[in-house]
Amino acid sequence: MRLERRAETPLGLAIAAPFAAVILSMALAGGLIALSGAPVLEAYRRLLVSAFGSPLAITETPTRTTPLLLTGLSAAVAFRARLWNIGAEGQFYLGALAAAALGSNYGLHWPTAALIPALLIGGAIAGAVLLLAPLALRLRFGVDEVVTTLLLNFIAVLFVSMMIEGPLRDPLAYGWPQSVPIVSDAVLTKLVPRSRLHVGVLIAIGAALLLWLLQVRTVFGLENRAAGLNPSAARFAGVSLSGVLVAVACLSGGLAGLGGAIEVLGVKGYVTKDLSPGFGYTGIVVAMLAGLHPLGVVAAALFVAAIFVGADGMSRALGVPSFIADVIVSMSLLTMLVALLFTQYRVRR
Amino acid sequence: MTDPEVVLSLQGITKCFGALTANDNISLNLHRGELLALLGENGAGKTTLMNILFGHYTTDAGRILAFGVTLPPGRPRAAIEAGIGMVHQHFALAGNLSVIENIIAGTEKLARPRSDRARARTKLAALAARFDLAIDPDARVGDLSVGERQRVEILKALYRDCRVLILDEPTAVLTHQEAEKLYATLRAMAEQGLSLIFISHKLREVLAAADRVVVLRRGRVVAERRANAVTRDELAELMIGSRVARPVRKPQAPGEVVMRAQRVNAGGRLSDLDFELRAGETLGIIGVAGNGQSSLGELVGGLLPPSSGLFELFGTAAAAISPRDFAARGVGRIPEDRQLNGAVGDMTIWENAVLERIRSPRFSTAGLVRRAAGRAFAQTIIGRFDIRGGGPDTPVRLLSGGNLQKLILARNLQDAPPILIAAQPTRGLDEGAVASIHGEILRARRAGAAVLLISEDLDEIIALADRVQAIVKGRLSPSVDAADIDPRRLGLMMAGLWNEAA
Repeated sequence: MRLERRAETPLGLAIAAPFAAVILSMALAGGLIALSGAPVLEAYRRLLVSAFGSPLAITETPTRTTPLLLTGLSAAVAFRARLWNIGAEGQFYLGALAAAALGSNYGLHWPTAALIPALLIGGAIAGAVLLLAPLALRLRFGVDEVVTTLLLNFIAVLFVSMMIEGPLRDPLAYGWPQSVPIVSDAVLTKLVPRSRLHVGVLIAIGAALLLWLLQVRTVFGLENRAAGLNPSAARFAGVSLSGVLVAVACLSGGLAGLGGAIEVLGVKGYVTKDLSPGFGYTGIVVAMLAGLHPLGVVAAALFVAAIFVGADGMSRALGVPSFIADVIVSMSLLTMLVALLFTQYRVRR
Repeated sequence: MTDPEVVLSLQGITKCFGALTANDNISLNLHRGELLALLGENGAGKTTLMNILFGHYTTDAGRILAFGVTLPPGRPRAAIEAGIGMVHQHFALAGNLSVIENIIAGTEKLARPRSDRARARTKLAALAARFDLAIDPDARVGDLSVGERQRVEILKALYRDCRVLILDEPTAVLTHQEAEKLYATLRAMAEQGLSLIFISHKLREVLAAADRVVVLRRGRVVAERRANAVTRDELAELMIGSRVARPVRKPQAPGEVVMRAQRVNAGGRLSDLDFELRAGETLGIIGVAGNGQSSLGELVGGLLPPSSGLFELFGTAAAAISPRDFAARGVGRIPEDRQLNGAVGDMTIWENAVLERIRSPRFSTAGLVRRAAGRAFAQTIIGRFDIRGGGPDTPVRLLSGGNLQKLILARNLQDAPPILIAAQPTRGLDEGAVASIHGEILRARRAGAAVLLISEDLDEIIALADRVQAIVKGRLSPSVDAADIDPRRLGLMMAGLWNEAA
């Protein structure tokens, strides 16, 4: 048995691949659910109901989708240009910290209409800066950005810790390490009253649409695609590879930073050390499931968020460990990689 | 005449890739002591056939017998053990090891405490003497010339006791003189009882070296001829299917100098370059592969700035060196590696057609791509240059090599640039495509373009160039007029013997 490269990937296969990957990962995780003694189909039904089947769920799932959508876009735009940004987690935290600091009593005292855009942009800039540093090292010295961006995550998280236990510590938080809260003018409007769902989800979807238009309609998008698909042909045609990478780093780091800012302004109101349960890393899974397509990221982020939200309900109802959600999501990355292989190769005997 | 023993027999080999039938019921026999040429254009199925023979692909139908025994499909090791050796076009040698180390690598059991060099040396020396393949066993392979490395590859196969040797395009990297020497070696090997197949698309060498010629066309064996009973024209017709007349260059008076290099050094690979490129004239740069052609192509294409010396474009020193700037000033550029540098395979024809000039107002406004203009441009050049295989929205990777090259040429020539840089413009293309590319280059020259043609193909240089300079180890020979050149003289120039060639 051997693999042979396909001349062309059929469109149907490319679309079917992520679905097949998701189904396969859920089937495999089904084995674990059965092991823990719960009926598998009932467990998945509970999961679905808990993700979409109640007024609370229907607002909670999109709330969880928002940060994943932005970190997913961050990974998708970077990977497409072959910039291996593994640092969305750190960029997310730095963006959150910037928004919290600028939005607090210590920060800008502007009216809402100016304040919120300024905080979002501030978060994006903070995230972008954190990615530009490793990119500079790559362009100047050839340092592998996989290593530097990954390690910077830990540095960024420690830096956030230092700030929220030090200069930005909230004195009214009974000793909990959390940052000073943002002022009420900086809070993002709720989409549904008495829920956690806020306008941030619309900003995230808008970002996906904008990114898609940027990629298909603009000179930058064309050059970016050329540079990602065949750097040496792009260089021959006069595309500045380093210029493209700098722009991509600003977008990628900026989107992750924006994700952090939105999470603070929309959900939490302040920064804690557990603001992100790994949104940055899960964003990589989201981007891969989406085939790095900006609009696909919307669907993939929704899927992953639904699994996480739904798994909580499933766990409460049937006593299945909620870690099953992590297993399903991680496994879907692996099955997606396998599925991608089969879109590019066929098996011959 | 009775044929000697059949050593290798391919019977009814068929291999399909999707809709493409790469090999269609191919049968051929190789006899003991025979030098067989497998002739065919690129895409005729030669390489597929050899990959099947070596177990890299499995067949859809048919079988292979080596010395009367069926080879199991899909097992490369089996072919080697059956006594079949192969010299690939791209050598499989470790440059940092010595000749002897390269030759014995893989022949000894890993568990041996130490390798038996003395025995290997004796065997190698005997082989070298027997086939007149002298080589220093302790030389580092990285220091050897291409011709010597090929010798090491041949010795490597012989050392493994091969009785059938297959050579894939063995002369692609050799000078005229080196190729002549290779033919002599191959004939000597055949006389001593080895059986050889060499794969080629060059008529000249097939006639010079082989006993028998098998011609492949579109995956089928279309003819089999004794080499001494066939003419070059007949072979060409068999290979291509119908006669293709290559266009002919007519003399014309050159115009003013549009590009000039004086004592230019660049990239650490080019030294003391002197050349002048004049309007309406083709300057041919001939050379054996790997002598600095790539760097020269980058220099004149705006990708490699000179480190010293005078480099003028249209009479003024080229200050800002960038590919975009060169393209904007009317330097049409055909890169030597069209797949790697010429196109983005996963992008469409129209995107590839406009990528070089995407920032010009013609193809974009305020950062937005003018897709309609791009598609219209692509449609125009597809029609005018007869690019087949798709429309503006077809991904470029689906085009054949010849049509891809036409696309690259077309996007440059559509607006009649004053300078055309053509690096290896017909490498790997079939005869039909070569004729049409040559036609376009000649038409551009007739319209007054200055053409810089960098090529390793003697016939191409002789057909197209008005003046010729040889490139050897990053230096350029003095220029010689087309009227004074012939293959022998070009061979001497390519070998660096400029005084003898003068």
